[in-house]
Amino acid sequence: MDKNQSTELLFELSHSGRRCHRLPACDVPAGEARTLLPSSALADAPPPLPEIGEIDLIRHFVNLSTKNMSIDTNFYPLGSCTMKYNPKRHERLCGLPGLAELHPLQTDESCQGMLHLLWIVQNILGEIAGLDAVSLQPAAGAQGELTALLVAHAYFKDRHEEKRTRILIPDSAHGTNPASAAIAGFDAVSIKSNSRGLVDLEDLRSKLDDRTAVFMITNPNTLGLFDDQIATITELVHKAGALVYLDGANMNAILGITRPGDFGIDMMHYNVHKTFTGPHGAGGPGSGPIAVRQHLAPYLPAPVVVRSGEQFKLDYDRPKSIGRVRSFFGNIGILLRGYCYIRTLGAVGLREVSENAVLNANYLLSLVKAAYEVPYGDRCMHEFVASAKTLRRERKISAMDIGKRLLDLGYHAPTVYFPLVVAEALMIEPTETESRETLDAFASALLRIREEDPNYLHDAPHTLGISRPDEVKAAKEPILRWNS
Amino acid sequence: MLEKIGVASIQDLFRGIPELLQLKRALDVPPALTEIELTQHLQQLAARNQSAADAVCFLGGGSYDHFIPAVVDAVAGRSEFYTAYTPYQAEASQGSLQAFFEYQTLICQLTGLDVANASLYDGGSAVAEAVLMALTVHPKRHRVLVAESVHPEYRLSLATYAANLDIQIETLPTPGGFLNPDDLTKSIDDKTLCVVVQHPNFFGCLEEVDDVARTVRESGALFVVSFDPISLGLLKRPGQYGADIAIAEGQCLGNPMTYGGPYLGILACREEFLRKIPGRLVGQTVDRNGKRCWVLTLQTREQHIRREKATSNICTNQGLMALKATVYLAALGPQGLRETAELCLRKAHYAADQLTRIDGVRLKFERHFFKEFTLEVDDAVPAALSRLLAAGYHGGLHLGRWYPALEKCLSVAVTEKRTRAEIDGLAEAYAARLRSR
Repeated sequence: MDKNQSTELLFELSHSGRRCHRLPACDVPAGEARTLLPSSALADAPPPLPEIGEIDLIRHFVNLSTKNMSIDTNFYPLGSCTMKYNPKRHERLCGLPGLAELHPLQTDESCQGMLHLLWIVQNILGEIAGLDAVSLQPAAGAQGELTALLVAHAYFKDRHEEKRTRILIPDSAHGTNPASAAIAGFDAVSIKSNSRGLVDLEDLRSKLDDRTAVFMITNPNTLGLFDDQIATITELVHKAGALVYLDGANMNAILGITRPGDFGIDMMHYNVHKTFTGPHGAGGPGSGPIAVRQHLAPYLPAPVVVRSGEQFKLDYDRPKSIGRVRSFFGNIGILLRGYCYIRTLGAVGLREVSENAVLNANYLLSLVKAAYEVPYGDRCMHEFVASAKTLRRERKISAMDIGKRLLDLGYHAPTVYFPLVVAEALMIEPTETESRETLDAFASALLRIREEDPNYLHDAPHTLGISRPDEVKAAKEPILRWNS
Repeated sequence: MLEKIGVASIQDLFRGIPELLQLKRALDVPPALTEIELTQHLQQLAARNQSAADAVCFLGGGSYDHFIPAVVDAVAGRSEFYTAYTPYQAEASQGSLQAFFEYQTLICQLTGLDVANASLYDGGSAVAEAVLMALTVHPKRHRVLVAESVHPEYRLSLATYAANLDIQIETLPTPGGFLNPDDLTKSIDDKTLCVVVQHPNFFGCLEEVDDVARTVRESGALFVVSFDPISLGLLKRPGQYGADIAIAEGQCLGNPMTYGGPYLGILACREEFLRKIPGRLVGQTVDRNGKRCWVLTLQTREQHIRREKATSNICTNQGLMALKATVYLAALGPQGLRETAELCLRKAHYAADQLTRIDGVRLKFERHFFKEFTLEVDDAVPAALSRLLAAGYHGGLHLGRWYPALEKCLSVAVTEKRTRAEIDGLAEAYAARLRSR
């Protein structure tokens, strides 16, 4: 089978005069463009887009699609990303015209069904978080973080505590945490991890003071460990007059098991596309709602959905609100999928999600630890971080080599070289939707790789269309567009 | 599995969570539904909405009822695309990477600019990201001048992002429905970081972009323009009139309205700002056998490397929407985009003619417009819009919602989908209120 066609670019397939989509003739008597607009505003010619017929267009993209690994084709244990199965019914239901063809600025009276649904989503996310108020506006987790930090900033300003300019962040945190802190106008201060991979309490104590605004924690953390010191941590932070933020990237481990609000968290974001299975779309769309305690609710972005009697409306009358972080209400398409998912599961099903995610991760850990170091213990939550440090020293096999070779064997690679606190990290998150057979086969692949010829591994993958792209060249001589 | 792990029960796996913190009850969420029940439930909720499928849609303001060719959904519905994640493993992601490289190229072709990123969240946060980007070019300047004719929600998003940064946002009034270049000349100075206009603007009117570009260039500031991608089938491209950074809401390129998202933030700029761009970038390179391929590149700008020194905090973007835009633009091609733009333009002008024939209805601004225009009416606008909806038309947006001075105004948007019969029907429904008085 020759798939070379799909490596040609759209622009190389272009032939003058070809087209796919056709438009109807104009059915109104208005004049042509040059009679309606001044010539100074008009371009001489339309943009030089490619010209392609329909069958060539479809073959191009369908052939391209076969060059991807995806959840629907391969096990995808990408740590921290929660690559669980995306139920097909969600795609169909979100396409209902009564949902997909709603304009964002139509009147509240004309979209009561949508507002009712979003109101329920607000309540459910509040209940799962154990927190009082929810904003569905942020478009992704990183925007949720930024939104919550802006809320914290407004809260402290309102209390005349502007001296609180620092955000404390564990060194194992996602890179978005310090980046969001900087944009929100804070200084990021790093907190060490201890020998158990948890927050170093001494370091936290030494850096907590009246300049601290927020302590950001990911719990379970990026090593897949639940920080059992959390009650002490939140007490310490609250005593210092600061707030505790939870990066909710790892909520898949604790649904219905424990609630952030119950362990002292003041605000958090969800990654609906991870925990509640919006498809990841090759890098979005996401959805990053935030949940907060009552005293922070006045600062949430506007609008929120409120109920009065049997009517639902968008409430913009929020004088202390930080404003808005995007246009329109939010990434509704992902929120709808999250709603479908939660409604399919109910309370028992949600708890089972986390039980099975943690069971699968621990089972895989127990299989893998025979051949790979797992620096932070024998138990994990929904994911764990193995290390190829010794393998690298003894056999010159790196985490990258292992990841690339897994592709040959039909598995997407784990997250590699993150978190930064583990050398040669392989961050593995199987999720609850995988069968035992899949986990067994994946573990066998990992065990097999460590015995393979290092030189063979350095050149892996061997069976995909390409192997080891030159990333240095890509960055040094950037080619970011096709040129004729 | 438990035996292999070495525990007696699943509960034992949660021992790391202190007993006191564990939830002792079931979550209070609605009961589980089967697929059949869920379908019925969603259909019932959907039936309580009046969508563009139920009433003819003349609403705009950044989200439009454009046609989506079937090829767009067919490609985006390939689960190899929509169930993949960010292409960290290039060998396993060439499909998405190549499509995003094509997207970046198409956006450059569309805008006449040199570089485009692989997408941002939406048109509103794209304005904020563009200003943050301009700040990294001009860290010593602090004034941001924004025309009042820029989408109010984009301006609010910018204000929220910039709230705690060392910049000052000033709104330039647009009483005539556009930014008068003379007013800009009076306000701009050597402390001005950038000037933000939208063209065509929130009222549908064209801005004096050539004059604005000249004034901005003379002051050494950056010219940030928010454009309508469909309009570029006819209008001069941002790169042609001197924009430094062009951003847009890309919903119109193959994405349904879905009550506001997920949409697509487009960002393109001139070559010299390449290393200041926020968000993901896909670059071309070769593999170890010399074969052409694509990778995520220039990641040293990004948060997972730079952490608090990153140019932006964006991580997940809008990959699937960028794919849809890619297919949409390729399906239309230059002629299709031009015809789509021309149909929007002509039908909007026909609609304006028909509506302004009605007593008590007139165009608010003496300006050229593209697919959206602003009417001033004698009626109370919300009541008029309610009556139109009862007659089967989403008739327009009440501008008094954002601009107190425009309490008597509404904006009407007309896409290529609207037929003469629908436009005539809107005008008749509007005129009927006179007879019913």
